[in-house]
Amino acid sequence: MIELSGVTKRYGPNTVVNSVSLTVPGGGVTALVGPNGAGKSSLLSMIGRLLPMDEGEIRVDGLDVSRIAGDVLAKKLSILRQENQVAVRLTVKELVEFGRFPHSRGRLTAEDGRHVEEAIDFLELAEFAGRPIDRLSGGQRQRAFIAMVLCQDTDYVLLDEPLNNLDMHHASQTMGLIRRLATELNKTIVIVLHDINFASYHADRVVAMKDGAIVADGTPREIITGLSMAEIFDLEVPVHSYADRPVAAYFAIGSRHLHDQD
Amino acid sequence: MLVDRWRTALAVRGRGIPDRGRPVLVLVLLGILLAMVTALFMTYDLKGSLDFALELRGRKVGGMLLVGFAVAYAAVLLHTITNNRILTPSLMGFDALFVLIQTGAAFLFGTLAFLAIDVRLRFGIEVGIMLAFAAILYRLLFGGENRDLFLLVLAGIITGTVFSSLTALIMRVLDPNEFLTLQDLLFANFSTVNRDLLLVSAAAVVVIIVATRPLLGQLDAVAIGREHAINLGVNHRAVVRQCLVAIAVLVSVSTALVGPVAFLGLLVSNMAYQLTGTFRHRYTPAAAGMIAAIALIGGQFILQEVFASVVRLSVIISFIGGIYFILLLLREAGR
Repeated sequence: MIELSGVTKRYGPNTVVNSVSLTVPGGGVTALVGPNGAGKSSLLSMIGRLLPMDEGEIRVDGLDVSRIAGDVLAKKLSILRQENQVAVRLTVKELVEFGRFPHSRGRLTAEDGRHVEEAIDFLELAEFAGRPIDRLSGGQRQRAFIAMVLCQDTDYVLLDEPLNNLDMHHASQTMGLIRRLATELNKTIVIVLHDINFASYHADRVVAMKDGAIVADGTPREIITGLSMAEIFDLEVPVHSYADRPVAAYFAIGSRHLHDQD
Repeated sequence: MLVDRWRTALAVRGRGIPDRGRPVLVLVLLGILLAMVTALFMTYDLKGSLDFALELRGRKVGGMLLVGFAVAYAAVLLHTITNNRILTPSLMGFDALFVLIQTGAAFLFGTLAFLAIDVRLRFGIEVGIMLAFAAILYRLLFGGENRDLFLLVLAGIITGTVFSSLTALIMRVLDPNEFLTLQDLLFANFSTVNRDLLLVSAAAVVVIIVATRPLLGQLDAVAIGREHAINLGVNHRAVVRQCLVAIAVLVSVSTALVGPVAFLGLLVSNMAYQLTGTFRHRYTPAAAGMIAAIALIGGQFILQEVFASVVRLSVIISFIGGIYFILLLLREAGR
């Protein structure tokens, strides 16, 4: 269980996360959505102790993230940020092996090797295993980073816009894999998503943020409605239904004729 | 057979991605080369009293080994914590401060009085001032919330420039005779390494190397980036702080021992990355240290025997290092 209480982050006079309290019980996919600058990434970074908070407390399975030793938390929770530049040259396999660092401190055991292989297989990276990551396509690289996080084998996985810069094919494939992490491997996933429709189809719970605060929280069906979309994104979005899930047709706005026919 | 195996092991596969045997092989080859260079330096053309000659040469070799390893290790640590391979600790003002100390002392007390001070005391004062400088710089920039490493590097460069300007100013008003004597003090000099100082410096460098050994595994994770390192459970802040202290001690000790050895660290660490084909800290500091020692001892030997010591080794190092630095910048820009 991840518990946040009164979490606040300020940059000078700007409060980017304003006294957020939230509880994420174990299991399932929780999607953080909201407009740019809503504080989603900052909140996720604070849970993953990449960013110190100014006020409040975050506990993961009862452990205070700002106090607990980094290597203890690294076996419970992993975080993958949006920009994943790696400063040195690594192959896919070497990158994935780094995921075992919290367990083996750099000396890989046979068990670590098994985890590495499983992660590479799970993300269908076997044919690229020996390739340097700076010579992969965007989709392959994103999968390599997810494999690293998977290899870390933590109960909690935080992902910051993992679908960014991916085309339709790779975005849907990657999101499908993330869903499988929750369904098949029983991980608790907290994911920042830009495309509300991915949240609609793959998330169990949608938490919407705006101006540093949580403005809506519920199942996709409860949150993704024309009314709440207008409130969250300041935009009138026609919401349809497809395969029993709400679909926000935000891409049609700007050419009004499409939904005028409804 | 053996040659064939070496060739395959050294072949750069997939542009710089090593097979696992290569770093070990490079370390072994460097070790052999270092032993050969050292043996040559120690035994070539021995004349007169054997004891005296060996003692003298031994001190020189000791000084060069020590400085080589200290400067190389400091450079590797700085590269890793800044995720930047074209920085050198000498950019951060240590060399400039050393020159300022010497120049300031020459101006205030005269070079004669300055040289008359016990070398051990002088060494202690110089190391003390440089460490104090590092402590102030780190405290100012790392004391608060803000801990941007690049701010630290930038501040180091700027204070270095201030030190250099001050030095230039003092040099203008200095007596010309004093200036000549001073100039001699300002170039790195391996010929006159004091024995006591060598032992003290060696102790300091060995303590630093032993104390930072447990960090080496974590430094691999730090090398792939701050956020990845934190995610993998590394206490990034603590590791960086310990590395900064190690860098300050290593650079201060080696500079006070022989004088400024600008660029040597940059040169040898990058050669080590290229030769070993890895960034892993199990290999790179040792490789860089050996390359530095080979360059110093081999260079000193060639200078003594071929050029009859008319040129200073540090001048050559700065010259080659400068060219290498420019090539490195061009290559990074071309990426």
